Amino acid sequence: MPNNKKMYDKGKVVAGLCIFVVLITFPFWFNLGKAAPVPEPKLSDKAKAAKECVMPKAYMKAEHMQILNEWRDTVVRDAKRIYTNPSGKKFNMSLSNTCLDCHTEKAEFCDACHNYASVTPYCWDCHIDPKEAK
Amino acid sequence: MNISYMYSLIAVVVLFLLAYVGVKLPGGEVFFGVIIPYLALIIFVLGFVNRVIDWARSPVPFRIPTTCGQQKSLPWIKSASIDNPSGTGGVIVRMILEVVFLRSLFRNTKCELKAGDKISYEWEKWLWLFSLIFHWSFFIVLFRHLRFFTEPVPACLQLLEKLDGFLQIGLPGLMLSGVALLAAVTFLFLRRILIPQVKYISLGSDYFPLFLIFGIAFTGILMRYFTKVDIVGAKAFTMGLVTLKPHITEGVGSVFYVHLFFVSVLLAYFPFSKLMHLGGIFMSPTRNLANTSRVKRHVNPWNYPVKIHTYEAYEDEFREKMIEAGLPVEKMMEPETPEEPEEKE
Ligand code: HEC
Ligand code: HEC
Ligand code: HEC
Repeated sequence: MPNNKKMYDKGKVVAGLCIFVVLITFPFWFNLGKAAPVPEPKLSDKAKAAKECVMPKAYMKAEHMQILNEWRDTVVRDAKRIYTNPSGKKFNMSLSNTCLDCHTEKAEFCDACHNYASVTPYCWDCHIDPKEAK
Repeated sequence: MNISYMYSLIAVVVLFLLAYVGVKLPGGEVFFGVIIPYLALIIFVLGFVNRVIDWARSPVPFRIPTTCGQQKSLPWIKSASIDNPSGTGGVIVRMILEVVFLRSLFRNTKCELKAGDKISYEWEKWLWLFSLIFHWSFFIVLFRHLRFFTEPVPACLQLLEKLDGFLQIGLPGLMLSGVALLAAVTFLFLRRILIPQVKYISLGSDYFPLFLIFGIAFTGILMRYFTKVDIVGAKAFTMGLVTLKPHITEGVGSVFYVHLFFVSVLLAYFPFSKLMHLGGIFMSPTRNLANTSRVKRHVNPWNYPVKIHTYEAYEDEFREKMIEAGLPVEKMMEPETPEEPEEKE
């Protein structure tokens, strides 16, 4: 083999590599110069007064969808509507009437997080935000 | 038991433990969360570019037509313009089909001895099918992760999430690509250990990426559906990385760091492994060259100038001596008897 350093089809290879590097570093230049503040879900006055959620905050943060799933199944399949949390407090298992009764500002609470994490729960196809309905 | 996959499995388990225990040490979160990922990305990009440039330096003097169809020849002979392209257009179509649908793999056949000594080639599409599922689901999973690396998140991602989770099973909704990825990796692994011939040719470097990707998919699924992480916190962390203002978010959990570490290892390992076929496919002479062997003259680029001594010059130099020795010559000094010796016999 000759010991040459020549690149064959240099134009094409370099163009390909440039595309590769641009794609790989997409997140770096896409976010350039943009502030990406972490959303602070805003508690409504009613929630503040209640002080506590259904479950401890850390649990709610990561697992609230699990609770909703459980509630949904229990209500729809077993026709039971009362949920008792570990500290003995009773809740009506309802998305619109319980969660959103405390967290009245859906847009500033639920949606603030969801937009950031790019989740679009399909629940609102059917369930209503009581505040909007009025 | 087989040394190749045992070592690979052990390597992945060790990596798991390293990250799982490591983040709990002082400074562990910065090490596994910031230093390693950046380092891995740099190795990945530089290693990748370097490898491709290295390949681009290898001359490919002649066309290598591993053709599956008729070459373009006379106008009344129908040619296979994609399988045996004669121009750039055909090459591009062939390459796209290769990259997007793994077309060569579709031709995979199974070779077996039937009834003792009869060799038979059989239709075998499972490898193609699962490879296709594997590559596509991996791509979709990767693409969906952009939600952690962009703010605001592009709308096309939400569309993809809707499609991916269209079965609406459970909450958070089940993403099909994740399940498909895990299933396909499992198939590709089982194929390697269950088919004796494939097992025989499988090396540690074949198993290791499989285990590693399995580990990545597994920890991801574990986090999303089972152990749970604070997604908003995780995104705050990843956004820190891509805006070059890295900071550690509290309480994201060890599994998250294991996941991140696995991905970092995959990235850093990538340029040195068979995974480089990501770039290599575009550099494959059998895929990226038009078959113009008969249309164009391809000159070997490393041909050096050779000093030529033609037969005519040779004869001019030695004619007298050749005739003396009775050797036949093409041009006589006195044009006579070149054929005589033969006639005599
Ligand atoms: C009794 C009023 C009340 C009800 C009902 C309620 N929450 Fe809460 N929720 C709160 C309060 C108060 C907090 C803040 C807890 C804290 O700061 O310790 C909270 C916190 C949360 C958080 C964490 C926010 C953060 O800042 O990380 C989530 C998520 C949440 N709630 C979702 C829900 C969902 C889903 C439901 C319905 C299943 C629900 N909540 C029902 C009062 C309520
Ligand atoms: C196709 C329409 C539809 C969609 C989409 C839907 N639900 Fe429901 N959901 C219902 C109906 C109907 C009921 C029964 C209402 C009742 O009996 O009070 C219900 C009941 C519930 C209940 C208990 C009753 C109550 O008042 O809330 C919960 C909790 C619930 N759904 C949660 C969810 C969540 C979470 C989602 C999104 C992941 C969701 N649902 C999506 C139709 C829907
Ligand atoms: C602390 C931020 C935060 C707040 C506040 C919050 N969510 Fe969420 N929610 C999330 C994240 C993050 C996910 C996505 C989890 C994932 O992708 O694994 C999610 C997912 C969900 C899902 C499942 C969606 C799916 O399709 O998988 C539902 C339903 C949901 N949230 C309902 C609510 C409701 C109702 C509220 C307001 C009462 C709320 N959330 C408030 C962060 C939050």
